[in-house]
Amino acid sequence: MYDASKIVAGLAVFVVLATSPLWFNALNAASPNAPELPKPTNGSTECVEATEFMRTNHMNLLDQWRDTVVRDDVRTYTSEMSGKTFTMSLSDTCLGCHTKKDQFCDACHTYSAVDPYCWGCHVIPEEAQ
Amino acid sequence: MKNSRRGFLKFAGLSAVGVAGSAAVATRTRASQEHEPPATEGKRLALVVDLRKFSRDDALLDKITDACHQTHNVPDFSDDPKNEVKWIWTEDFETAFLSQEFHYIREDLKGKPTLLLCNHCDNPPCTRVCPTQATWKRASDGVVMMDWHRCIGCRYCVVACPYGSRSFNWKDPRKAPNLAEIDSTYPTRMRGVVEKCTFCDERLARGEQPACVEVCENDEMVFGDLNDPESKVRQVLAEHLAIRRKPGLGTQPEVYYIVEDPRTLQEFAPAAEVFGEEGGHA
Repeated sequence: MYDASKIVAGLAVFVVLATSPLWFNALNAASPNAPELPKPTNGSTECVEATEFMRTNHMNLLDQWRDTVVRDDVRTYTSEMSGKTFTMSLSDTCLGCHTKKDQFCDACHTYSAVDPYCWGCHVIPEEAQ
Repeated sequence: MKNSRRGFLKFAGLSAVGVAGSAAVATRTRASQEHEPPATEGKRLALVVDLRKFSRDDALLDKITDACHQTHNVPDFSDDPKNEVKWIWTEDFETAFLSQEFHYIREDLKGKPTLLLCNHCDNPPCTRVCPTQATWKRASDGVVMMDWHRCIGCRYCVVACPYGSRSFNWKDPRKAPNLAEIDSTYPTRMRGVVEKCTFCDERLARGEQPACVEVCENDEMVFGDLNDPESKVRQVLAEHLAIRRKPGLGTQPEVYYIVEDPRTLQEFAPAAEVFGEEGGHA
C-alpha cells in the first residue's frame, strides 16, 4: 500500500471527527444545565405516584389516563402509592399543583428536545385566565 | 408424477388464490358481524326537541347554541361557511326534513328554524368508515363518541354522516376570535381534526344534563334513556307524534322532533273515531 501512514492518519482524523458529537455528549453527561423543577406552589407535597416513577413514567401514565377517560369513561384514578383517588385530568389535576407549565413541563421537554403536543388542545389554566 | 416447472407454477398459483380467498371470506364475515348495531343493553340516550315550544325568532335558539359552543370551546368561523364549525345549529324546517318531502305544510312550520345536532344514531355510518376508530358508538349508553387524540383528519366521517353533523377544523381553532377567552375546563381541538356534539359526555359523567338541555326551562328539549320506560323522553314520545331526520336511511337517529300542535290534536280526535268505526265494518 502506498502512503499507508497518510491514509491511516487521515482515516483516524475522519473517525474522530465523525464521532465527535458522541464524544462531546459523553464528556458532558453530567451537564450543569440540567433543569431544576419548581415545587408545587399550592402546598401539596404528594403527587399521584412516587416522584421517581413520575419522572420516568409520567408520559405512560398520561397515555393511560387519556385512554381510560376518553374510551372507557372512567375518570377516577387510584394511586398505587397511597391508595388515594384523583380525577384523571391534565389541565385540572396535574396543572392544579404544577401551575407553572413553562417552568415545569417545558423546562425538561426543551432540555431533552421532546415536543409533546398536549397543549395544542389542552388548556393551560393560568393562560386561559 | 414428474415435477415440471409448469405443474409447480400451476399448483403454487392455485394455492395462493385459495389462501387469499379464504382469508378474504374470513375478514368479510368478521367485518359484517362488527357492523351489526350494538345490543340495546344498558342505556340508550336520546334527545327530544319540542318544536311547538320554539317561536320563530326565539332568543332561546341562540342561548342553546351559545351554551353548547361556549362550554366546548367551539371556534366561530361562521363568516366563511367552508370553515364553519358547529355542534348545534339551526336550519329551515323543510331543509332539516328534506327526505320527508313536506309540501304545502302549515304556515307556522314553513321556514321555521329547527335545531340540528349529531343524531347519535343507533346505526352510525360515521363510525364504520373511521380508519383509526377515533369515533365509535359507546356501548354503555349509545353516545357516538369522538377521540380527538386519534383523529387523523381524513374526513371520511364527514362524508359518511348524512346529517352534516361533523365539522372539520380547516383553520387553527385557537385563532378564532371567540376563543380569545377559553373555558379552561374543556380542551379545544387542533387544526386538522373533526369535531361534533358528544351529548356532553363530560357532563353526563358528572351526572348532569347536556348543556343545551340545561338552558331549556320549559322542556323545550328533553333528554334521557329510551331503555327506561319511566324516563321523561319515553313519556314525551308516547304522548306526541315525533319525527326523525332521514328515517329511510336506516341510521336510526336518536334525536326526535315533536311537530304537532294542540290544535291539530283536537282536530284529529273526531276523525280518529270515524276511522275506528270504518275499521270495524271492514
